[in-house]
Amino acid sequence: MPNFIMSYLGSTLTPGGAGNQFWALIYVLIIFAGVSVAVIAMNWIERKALAHFQIRLGPMRVGPHGLLQPFADALKLMLKEDIIPSEADQFVFWVAPLIGLLAAFTVYTVIPFGPSQAVSDMNIGILFMLGVSSLGVLGIVVAGWASNSHYPLIGALRSSAQMVSYEVAMGLAVVSAIVMTSLNTSGTGTLSMIGIVQAQQQQGVWFIFKFFPLGFIAFGIFAIAMVAETNRAPFDMAEAESELTAGYHTEYSGLRWSLFMLAEYAAMIAVSSIAVTLWLGGWMRPFPNLLHAPAWDFIFSLFPGLTFAGLAAIALIGTVRMPSQSFFKIQRIGLAIFAGLLGLIALLLLVVAVAGRSDSGIVARFNDGIGYVYWFVLKVSVFMYLFIWYRATWPRYRFDQLMKIGWKVMLPISLGVLVVTAIVGVIF
Amino acid sequence: MNPILNPAMNSALSGGAPVATPFFFYMLSGLAVIGGILVITRRNAVHSALALIVTLLSVAGLYLMLYAPFVAGVQIIVYAGGIMVLFLFVIMLVNIERASKDRRFNRIWPIGLVAACTLMGLFVSAFVKGRALFPDRGMALSEGSNTQEIAKALYGEVNRFGQYTFGQYTFAFEIASLLLLVAILGAVIMTKKKI
Repeated sequence: MPNFIMSYLGSTLTPGGAGNQFWALIYVLIIFAGVSVAVIAMNWIERKALAHFQIRLGPMRVGPHGLLQPFADALKLMLKEDIIPSEADQFVFWVAPLIGLLAAFTVYTVIPFGPSQAVSDMNIGILFMLGVSSLGVLGIVVAGWASNSHYPLIGALRSSAQMVSYEVAMGLAVVSAIVMTSLNTSGTGTLSMIGIVQAQQQQGVWFIFKFFPLGFIAFGIFAIAMVAETNRAPFDMAEAESELTAGYHTEYSGLRWSLFMLAEYAAMIAVSSIAVTLWLGGWMRPFPNLLHAPAWDFIFSLFPGLTFAGLAAIALIGTVRMPSQSFFKIQRIGLAIFAGLLGLIALLLLVVAVAGRSDSGIVARFNDGIGYVYWFVLKVSVFMYLFIWYRATWPRYRFDQLMKIGWKVMLPISLGVLVVTAIVGVIF
Repeated sequence: MNPILNPAMNSALSGGAPVATPFFFYMLSGLAVIGGILVITRRNAVHSALALIVTLLSVAGLYLMLYAPFVAGVQIIVYAGGIMVLFLFVIMLVNIERASKDRRFNRIWPIGLVAACTLMGLFVSAFVKGRALFPDRGMALSEGSNTQEIAKALYGEVNRFGQYTFGQYTFAFEIASLLLLVAILGAVIMTKKKI
């Protein structure tokens, strides 16, 4: 058994590439757990960040600085009564959240967290991702219809129109990034997610900076379209609370409602991963070609440990600054334990980084793997923070404005960028 | 011993046995047929649309079994993702209560039957005379020993697909796109009173 684990860690293939189903299952479970934890963390960070944007405190009572609030909420949602309206279409109402959840999580099979840290590397990776994530809208549409109520139906109609419109601009932006992999002189031309990142490595530039400003414009189009695709502010017409109560999930409650939330956040992470993979160099650390000396490798491999050390330090400062009344005593102990855990993780990562420097076998590969996953997750989390930032900053669009931007501004621009990119790609 | 690089352990999973096992074929085609039957027997139009999605997805699975992942991906994006959303969009604007009481099979069903039988005949003839009709595939299959490798080389790679579409079969491709353009223009003209 240890032999198997060691050989998995040392492998240069994805589980799908090796055709090993057991190993693929382990990867799937790890990713599922990781995404669920990320959604919980995102829930907490969103509430805290939104609160601080508005000079509020946000959740403070459940756990130190509200750290346990997401768990309390999850418990509450599981215990709540699960209401199915009597006039609703029972079967469709039941199946709708599952469609969304399935679509959001299936996408993760091809997301490359590293050159071999993906469940599978498909020949049609990006196509598969776009296709499956476009199935998510079916869940929303069907949920709105099955509720047999006015507001959900309007929300579902808005959502489907919006997603169909923005998918076009999004797809064209993606195509212009794929065109960049198949340059006339030095291109390989691939749709595989891992291949796209490797093409960026080979050409020595992230695609966002390629043929400046073409890559940048395509990235901008995608970055706007992905907010619309995930129904987030300022494009959250489908669940505009001031107009439609809660949009397509007005009639949902309890666990089913939380499945919708889980699907929404999982889809947000998934589209952010597409953006990171296509334009921001995926798992690559900054300047992998320019600063490629072993010393630089070592310095960059310290980053994961230092990040956790920084988080531990923040938690420690919070512990020290906790008010000294006896009421806060248990919270202080809890936060101290949390800081200790973070510090332990930081220590572990630093030990691996130092050991990986002199080692050339399993430990070094493990260290590399941590680095890949770290940089990928860091880039994705920047996008996740941007989602919160948008929500706190911008007012909601009106529906006709949304359609006008989608069809009359973004679609022509993305089409033009695609044509110009193709011409430039043939020349170079 | 490395289990990934051990051929004895992995031959059954990676290279040797293909995914295209009879089990998957019967499961997917069974799902497709059941979905197809449900599409025409359900009274509720949204249920029909959902059944159609199941059918389309299982057909995408069948494409995957034929080592045509690109076609499978396009099937999911265009049909299951795009067209079905528009279908549902339109169905929601229909009064389901009234529509479910309408007669479902109108008088032109004999014409439909004839069309279906013709299509069936076409498929059967293609099945029987397939090698004569599509010579390059027939040749490749007769001389090779490993069907999977050949199918991959012929249809699997996306760039190979592109070379066929824009090289050997450009004319057919352009004709198809012209047909689609005509359909789009027709739809615009029919819906818009004043252009």
